[in-house]
Amino acid sequence: MTAAALELDGLRKSFGKTEIIRGVNLSIAPGERHAIIGPNGAGKSTLFNLITGRFPNSGGKVSLHGNDLAGKAPFEINRMGLSRSFQITNIFPKMSVFENVRCSLLWSKGYKYSFWTMVSKSQDLTDAADAILEQINLTARRDLPAGVLSYAEQRALEIGITMAGGADVIMLDEPTAGMSHSETDYIVDLIRKVTENKTLIMVEHDMGVVFGLADYISVLVYGEIIATGRPEEVRANPKVQEAYLGAALEEEH
Amino acid sequence: MSDTTQKTAVRPTGVTMSMALPWLIAGAFLLVMPYVFTSNSAITIMNQMAITIIFALSYNMLLGQAGMLSFGHAVYMGVGGFMCVHIMNYVEDYSIPLPLPLLPLFGGLFGLGLATIVGSFSTRRAGTVFAMISLGVGELIAACSIIIVAFFGGEEGVSGDRTMGLPFFGNEFLQQIDVYYLISFWVMLSALLMFLFSRTPVGRMANAVRDNPERAEFLGYSARWVRYYSFCAAGFFAGIAGGLFAISYEILTAENLGLLLSGEILLITFLGGVGFFFGPIIGAIVFTLLQTVLSLQTELWQLYVGALFVATVMFFPGGLAGVLMMHVPAIRLGNAKLLVVPYIKTLIPATIGILAISGFIEILFYSRHAPVGETEMTVFWTDIDTASIVPWIVTVGLALVCFWITKRNAPELVETWHRANAIDGGKA
Repeated sequence: MTAAALELDGLRKSFGKTEIIRGVNLSIAPGERHAIIGPNGAGKSTLFNLITGRFPNSGGKVSLHGNDLAGKAPFEINRMGLSRSFQITNIFPKMSVFENVRCSLLWSKGYKYSFWTMVSKSQDLTDAADAILEQINLTARRDLPAGVLSYAEQRALEIGITMAGGADVIMLDEPTAGMSHSETDYIVDLIRKVTENKTLIMVEHDMGVVFGLADYISVLVYGEIIATGRPEEVRANPKVQEAYLGAALEEEH
Repeated sequence: MSDTTQKTAVRPTGVTMSMALPWLIAGAFLLVMPYVFTSNSAITIMNQMAITIIFALSYNMLLGQAGMLSFGHAVYMGVGGFMCVHIMNYVEDYSIPLPLPLLPLFGGLFGLGLATIVGSFSTRRAGTVFAMISLGVGELIAACSIIIVAFFGGEEGVSGDRTMGLPFFGNEFLQQIDVYYLISFWVMLSALLMFLFSRTPVGRMANAVRDNPERAEFLGYSARWVRYYSFCAAGFFAGIAGGLFAISYEILTAENLGLLLSGEILLITFLGGVGFFFGPIIGAIVFTLLQTVLSLQTELWQLYVGALFVATVMFFPGGLAGVLMMHVPAIRLGNAKLLVVPYIKTLIPATIGILAISGFIEILFYSRHAPVGETEMTVFWTDIDTASIVPWIVTVGLALVCFWITKRNAPELVETWHRANAIDGGKA
């Protein structure tokens, strides 16, 4: 049996006396699209930050493909094949769109910290970056500074640089937050396209997106996962309905 | 249209003419300059300028490229320079066959050596932490200059003689002009290498780390190591500048390590513009000119340089290079000629106004500091008497009138500016 793409074992996090994540166990199989939902303040983003090494955890264990991530810095975790996006757009605003993508390719293309090669001389690198721009529909914006793009375009770029490095576990933190309906559709299509054959873990508030994309859903409430399963099972789960989903679904209609 | 040409054109892997042209022009310029300005003092100024260019470009590797604000960059130039003077003396004492043109390389290596040590703990964080550590280390090493006398020579510094090295194709570098060509060679080489550095993976990631260190970490790069490599490279080129300083002046003192010089290079780099590679070059040229030419004209030159710096920071954060590059879109759209008349109508009165104010300041300064009874002075080639009220009224009045005209014409300039930068510009 192959190791889970990502496995959380009794993960905990406290800020001072307040325990935000209270023992999360979760196993995500390779190739699975897994959504984490939950009310505001449930600790979804904190959970992301713990997995990706942005914050140190207070207890428990995170493993990526069976390798323990304890004590690893974000860049080391990224090199092991896990890449993430952020809830608040996190790109390189002063650099061109093309540069943004090219920078996200450098490590995975093996350039490391080299200062004896010219990036512009590598046709392979340029082609790969252009291919990603094509995929995220930003070819027309190639040479603009990323900071001047529209919000939806910046989100698309963020997803582009998240998956550019070729990581096989992709974590997206609210990829459609603050978007209009048509923009959301565009991003959902994009996510579906770029995460093919990869493991996707996402936090999302938009139930339409969640039920459209996810193979599995976990519901996080007050730092604990109260249910995990197929979308229809989670939807039918009375505990979930009580805690969260009912209210959210009612809001939608 | 430009989109399609860009996509279909095969990107050349060799060096294209448009890439090489600025460098060829700069090289030709350096070759010709001594024939235009032949006096020894002019050549000394140009040497100083070239050394400052390398130093400023190296500083911009930190500030502009990697987002590290250093208050102690003079240390790397100074240490490289001191080492070069010592080597010069070893060459003299032990007849080591070292040709002088290779000397700056050793300065570079010592700058690099010191940077690898200091960088190992100072580059962990950017921002305030880095700035404070650079300040502390700068002060520390400057203080060492009177403690470690064997290396820094105490208060009188260390001096040497550049002519004692192995003759380089028969040249012993007796003349300033020989030194000029040596420095020109190094300024071209260093500038080219620094430019190429900015095009390497680590140079590109330096920009990424400057913009958003956290994101860079989530792309597999350690922000700290990216900063470290930039820091070491900057130390290397600062050391080269120090070596050239040693060759040009044959003496280094504690001043070459001090906070004053570290602050000055920050000012120069910012004045020139941190956002463009050539910005610090402009800054170095302008500042050296002000420092040498303006200081001959007035004791108050530092006041004017300070005012220029403050004005740059407040109104043109892109520096002089930013001001120049601001015009590129208008030129591309073919609307640059629209701007000529409004520019004349605002900039000429503004310039006269500023000169009138500086005239007023000069008169004020003279009237306060001249020996009692001395009232005759020369301002802008005019002999005036500070005891009479006329020069005071003329300067103030001229300044007020000129600024009023500037203010009146400024909206027209702004309006034309928007028109010149709009896609359908001139026709609308």
